[in-house]
Amino acid sequence: MKIAVLAVQGAFAEHIDMLKKLGVEGIEIRKKRDMEQDFSGIILPGGESTVMGKLLKELDLYDTLLEKINSGMPVLGTCAGLILLAKKLSNHGETYFGTLPVTVKRNAYGRQLGSFNTVANVTGVGEIPMTFIRAPYIEEVEEGVEVIATVDDNIVGVKYKNQIGISFHPEVTDCLKLHKYFVENTEL
Amino acid sequence: MIENRYDLNKELAQMLKGGVIMDVTTPKQAKIAEEAGACAVMALERIPADIRAAGGVSRMSDPKMIKGIQEAVSIPVMAKCRIGHFAEAQILEAIEIDYIDESEVLSPADDAFHIDKTKFKVPFVCGAKDLGEALRRINEGASMIRTKGEPGTGDVVQAVRHMRKMNQEITRLVSMREDELYNAAKELQVPYDLVLYVHNNGRLPVVNFAAGGVATPADAALMMQLGAEGVFVGSGIFKSGDPRKRAAAIVKAVTNYNDAGILAELSEDLGEAMVGINEQEIELLMAERGK
Repeated sequence: MKIAVLAVQGAFAEHIDMLKKLGVEGIEIRKKRDMEQDFSGIILPGGESTVMGKLLKELDLYDTLLEKINSGMPVLGTCAGLILLAKKLSNHGETYFGTLPVTVKRNAYGRQLGSFNTVANVTGVGEIPMTFIRAPYIEEVEEGVEVIATVDDNIVGVKYKNQIGISFHPEVTDCLKLHKYFVENTEL
Repeated sequence: MIENRYDLNKELAQMLKGGVIMDVTTPKQAKIAEEAGACAVMALERIPADIRAAGGVSRMSDPKMIKGIQEAVSIPVMAKCRIGHFAEAQILEAIEIDYIDESEVLSPADDAFHIDKTKFKVPFVCGAKDLGEALRRINEGASMIRTKGEPGTGDVVQAVRHMRKMNQEITRLVSMREDELYNAAKELQVPYDLVLYVHNNGRLPVVNFAAGGVATPADAALMMQLGAEGVFVGSGIFKSGDPRKRAAAIVKAVTNYNDAGILAELSEDLGEAMVGINEQEIELLMAERGK
């Protein structure tokens, strides 16, 4: 099985390493031709959402990826990836895929001094270490969206049909649980 | 709550990978940089080319000017302090800067000691010409490294030299027997633990960007192919004819640095590049500041 990892900017290599440890091949998506290969899932990594959102469109990746998400292909968005999926952003004008019916606040914990680690539960995954780097959180969810993780009463993980969106970075930890969960979901 | 500031700071640098960090001097330039796809901006009063032209002592920027840029953009904002000037660094931390560049572009405040960066909560990036310098800065608490290419020249030769040297030295450490690493640590003037890390992992323990003299999409692609994990562009953008277009082209060149077809398209019709000064024509070698 192959999983496509958006590789226009950010911590995509870390996701590919996690997948490799699970015996799954991660393929880098940098340009349209990269999507001619077969893959069964998509990871939208952490990085700067403004950069990724812009490059998605300018490198002509947007339409194909949107079509795949809409057709039900499993997708995992971490941090900036969650922002790319969100239907609404409370403190930013532009939205990107807009397929995940939630409202996300960018840089919700402030600047780098607000970045932190914690350990919390994710429904279906268990307790995992969580790393929040200038992270967003989810302010509101629409009907049908399952909240799978909260930290200090803020929503930091959701599941909606084929989409999982989280505000933290499992790819910078040693814990493979969340990736394993996503891979197992993708295999179904 | 468990918290490891140093790890969080290294991880912020990981999020910047594959991106371009641009020097900006006004909120307006910062906005242009963000719209062009910068993954962070470096707020400073004068870009290196102008610092070089003006001469004299160059210091940390006015915090008010930096705050103006923090308000203008949503991406991380970095700022420079002088080598060894921990009071400037304290001030930058007080205004919640996202990254401090302890930079040779400014006049050094201390000719022997760099800042003890382990005493700070905010992250630091430092320049390095070779592996020893990089590991000394990391030992002092730097959570990101960049080459020390000659700023404000538009000449990439030194950044190339530093990146190649770093990679050669890393390869050499990897190829050594374990019992040779003690002597390598002595030669590099760095702690054994860091030498062992490089030997085992074949890379620096932190993200390594290219900086200094990058002026074109081709320069950025060259540095990425040589192993840089991202690129700083200083004077190259706002000293060129069409900053918006050049900035956007360099961003895309960093993403598709291995695709000559895309690079050819990106290099077309960018207007005038910054004028540039050759290495031999420079009187002040900023890379020699701080070792």
